Amino acid sequence: MTGTGVGPELLRLSGVSAAYGHHEVLTGIDFHIHEDQFTGIVGPSGSGKTTLLRILLGIVRPTTGTLERADGLRISYVPQLETINWNFPVTVAECVLMSRAQGRWTPRPTREERDAVAGVLDRLGIGSLAQRHIRDLSGGQQQRMFFARALLRQPQVLLLDEPTSGVDVSTRHDMLHLLAELHEDGIAIVLTTHDLNGMAAHLPHLVCLNHRVVGEGTPADVLTPDVLEATFGARMEVLEHLGMRVVIDEARDASSRSAG
Amino acid sequence: METLLAPLEYAFFQKGLLVAALSGALLGFIGVYIVLRGMSYIGHGLSHSIFGGFAAVQLFAAQFYFLGAALWGIASALAINGVTRRTRIGADAAIGVITTASFALGVALFARFGTSGPAFENALFGSILGITTAQILALVAVSIVAVVFVVARYRALLFATFDPEVAEVSGVRVGRLEALFMVVLSLAILATLTVIGVTLVAAMLVIPAVVARMLTDSFARMLVLSTVIGTGCGVVGMYLSYFAGVPSGTMIVLTGAACFVVVLALTGGRGLRRSAGLDAHPAAVA
Repeated sequence: MTGTGVGPELLRLSGVSAAYGHHEVLTGIDFHIHEDQFTGIVGPSGSGKTTLLRILLGIVRPTTGTLERADGLRISYVPQLETINWNFPVTVAECVLMSRAQGRWTPRPTREERDAVAGVLDRLGIGSLAQRHIRDLSGGQQQRMFFARALLRQPQVLLLDEPTSGVDVSTRHDMLHLLAELHEDGIAIVLTTHDLNGMAAHLPHLVCLNHRVVGEGTPADVLTPDVLEATFGARMEVLEHLGMRVVIDEARDASSRSAG
Repeated sequence: METLLAPLEYAFFQKGLLVAALSGALLGFIGVYIVLRGMSYIGHGLSHSIFGGFAAVQLFAAQFYFLGAALWGIASALAINGVTRRTRIGADAAIGVITTASFALGVALFARFGTSGPAFENALFGSILGITTAQILALVAVSIVAVVFVVARYRALLFATFDPEVAEVSGVRVGRLEALFMVVLSLAILATLTVIGVTLVAAMLVIPAVVARMLTDSFARMLVLSTVIGTGCGVVGMYLSYFAGVPSGTMIVLTGAACFVVVLALTGGRGLRRSAGLDAHPAAVA
């Protein structure tokens, strides 16, 4: 799995800063997304991860700096599950079809659209759930439904906000495999996560963020005690296990020892 | 049956019944989006705001009060929309200030100068008396505009209602769509103001949609059901208003409330589960 990004450039942030009121969230961010990129943005809560995604999406305007996009770039976005009202009266198929809202003047989907929705749901293994209400899905199925909605647009770049937040270990593994597959298919992927061992350590390229870019590179480059301390503000121990980095939260370890 | 047919001998009741049915249908139809977006308070505020324009325009050009109040309503709607999207102070507080000030202005103008158009109480609580053909035509026109808008932009409205942020990223121009929706909403409130009344319009934007939500998990069926329930409340409420001798708006709203209680009793936990979270709408995560 590659992911450091050497293909054509799709998105570029240059010297970007962002603020909510007088509170500066991001400072001096230089960041670019290439065609073959697979990057995780890691950082603590409030470090500006979601804001960085929202700038890339064009939802938040930077206070300084520039965002450049390749012409006709197709971006899809998978939001956090917690931001959605799951009681909203739509089925899985209706939710996925929302991707085809732009420029459509008829409420009913065409046969081609119905086939496309069925195809993408089948690919993600939730074809049998098409007519279910979205409330009746598990967390992993809800996440897959959002993937389906994002993929229906045939994106070149897929941005995901904490895709494994609140899902179980098995679902997290499925997500990782699915994302790797999509990356193999040629979709550039950028996601945010604060899950160092479950998610970040498995990705080919990481950006450590705490209002500014603290470190960037492979997990071996940035999952180090010094970079992690600068990112999260706490000392962490890093072990090597089967060629992968495993981060030990020393504070948690100490509290569990004292509790035991 | 004779009792039901008797009021129809009066032309004012025929007009009133038609307007009440159309008003209920229109508010029920639009109300689905209001309820699912958690915008009930905006509907409430906007109706009060329009009252200010309604009173002010009568001072200068009573014969054009509908047009003047429409412009006032649209301006209020766009201001409210802008406030909810961009304000740094709480949206509910900002809407409260803008709309209650407009309402207070309307009351002051009515008290000081009186009216040459619909009476003060009628504007507040609705009346079936004095409905003109022009008002009926205005209501029909607004209803057609609302249906064309919702059908043509069905998918975009659905996406923007469910998940505005992703809709924006996916190419839906959410800001423009919401502004257009607010314009349609303000026209609908103004067109139904005479029968339902300023203080009660918000209830008819909410009740049919909530009842419909308790009955179905389908967005398309909810749109149809809410429209049918709104129509039914308009017709039944109008008859009750005639026989009880009370303002039409009050009986239409009370009919809706009774409908809510009956459906709640029939659907029980399932209905409550469906309608749960109607005040929870998508929020951005910083």
